[in-house]
Amino acid sequence: MSKLIVSDLSCQRGYNELFSNLSFELNSGEILKISGANGSGKTSLLKILAGLNSAESGRLSINNNKVGSYDYQSDIFYLGHLPALSPELHCKENLDYLTQLSTSSSNQALDDALTNVGLKNFEYEYAANLSAGQKRRVVLSALFITQSKVWLLDEPFTALDTDGINVIETQITKHCDDGGICILTTHQECNLPKLRTLTL
Amino acid sequence: MSLRNPSSFLNPLLFFVIAISLFPLAISPESHTLSNIAPAVVWVTCMLSVLLSLNVLFHYDYDNGVLEQMVISHYSLPLILLAKTIAHWLLTGLPIILLSPLLGMTLFLDTKSIYVLMLTLLLATPSLSLIGAIGASLIVGIKNSGMLLSLLILPLYIPILIFATSAVSQSQFNLPINGQLYFLASILLISLMTSPFVSALALKTSLD
Repeated sequence: MSKLIVSDLSCQRGYNELFSNLSFELNSGEILKISGANGSGKTSLLKILAGLNSAESGRLSINNNKVGSYDYQSDIFYLGHLPALSPELHCKENLDYLTQLSTSSSNQALDDALTNVGLKNFEYEYAANLSAGQKRRVVLSALFITQSKVWLLDEPFTALDTDGINVIETQITKHCDDGGICILTTHQECNLPKLRTLTL
Repeated sequence: MSLRNPSSFLNPLLFFVIAISLFPLAISPESHTLSNIAPAVVWVTCMLSVLLSLNVLFHYDYDNGVLEQMVISHYSLPLILLAKTIAHWLLTGLPIILLSPLLGMTLFLDTKSIYVLMLTLLLATPSLSLIGAIGASLIVGIKNSGMLLSLLILPLYIPILIFATSAVSQSQFNLPINGQLYFLASILLISLMTSPFVSALALKTSLD
C-alpha cells in the first residue's frame, strides 16, 4: 500500500509564483491527472515530485519517506518531456539503461516490453533513427518493466497514435489495479478509471 | 557510447597531436630549444584538449533527457558521476598518456624525461577529468557557454600545470622530483574525494 502526501507545496520559476499551498494525498490505485493552461506549472509540479527541482516550501513524502531519500527515489518512475534516449545506443540498450537506473531486468523482459509497444523488430535499431512517436514508445515500454510504485508521466501521449494511447492507458490501468499510483499531465482526454483531476 | 560516436573523443586527441606537431615547425627544429619547452608544450596542449572534451561531457545527456534520469535515480549521483568521469578519463587522459612518448620524442625529450612525463600525465590527467567534471556540471544548462568553462577551470588547473612541468624540466637536469610528484598525487586524492560530490551538487543546482 503506497501513500503519497503533498502538503503546502509552492513553486516559483523566476519571478513567477506558479502555485502555492498545494496539498493532496494519493493512495494506492489512484490516478491523478494534472491539467491546466500552458505555463501553469504542470511540468514544474511533476519535476518537484520527481526530486529534480526543489519546491519553495512544503513537504512531500511517499510512505513517509522524504523526497530525495533512497526509498523515495526507488519508488518513483519519472518520464519527462524529452525522450530519455541516447542516440548512439539501440532500443534494447536504451531500455536496459533506462530501467537499470531503477531496476535490473532480463533480456526476455526487455524484448517483451518492446513487443508490447509494437516495436517488435526494433530491438537493435539505433535510437537516432527512430521517429518521435517511436522514441516515445521505447521510453514508454519501460512502464512494462519498472517495479516502481509511483509513476510520474509528463505528457505521455505526445506523438502517439490511437493504438499507442490505448496500450499505454491499459498499462496504467493495470498498474493502478495492482496497487500503484500514477500522476500524469496531459492535454488530451483519457480513458482512465478512478481519475482525479487537479487543475493548476 | 562514445566509441560508437568516435568524433566526440577523437577530436580532442587530434587537436593534441596536431598542436604539438606545430611547435617544432613554428619555433625551430633545434633540439636544445625544443627540449627546453617540451614539458610546457605537452602539458598546456594536454590541458587545452581536455577542456575541449569537457565541454560536451554532459551536453548530449542533457539534451536527450538522460541526465534527468541519472539525477533522480536512487543510485547515488556522486557514484554515477564518478563512473562518468572515469569513462571520460579512459577516453581522453589515457590516449594522451599513450601518445605522449611519441610526441615527447618529436620534441627531443630524453628517455628519462619521457618516463617522468608519462608519470606526471598518469598522476594528473585523472585530476583534470575530475576537476573538469565540476566545471562541466556547472555549465550544463547554459547555452552558448563559450569560454566560460575554460574561465572556471583553468585557474584550478594551474597548480597541476606548475608542478607537472616543473617535474619534467627538473628531471632533464637529473634533479630530484619527489616533491612535485607528491603534490600531484595529493591533488589527485583531494579531487577524487571531493569532485563527485561537488559535481553532483552542481548538477542538481544547474537542473533546478
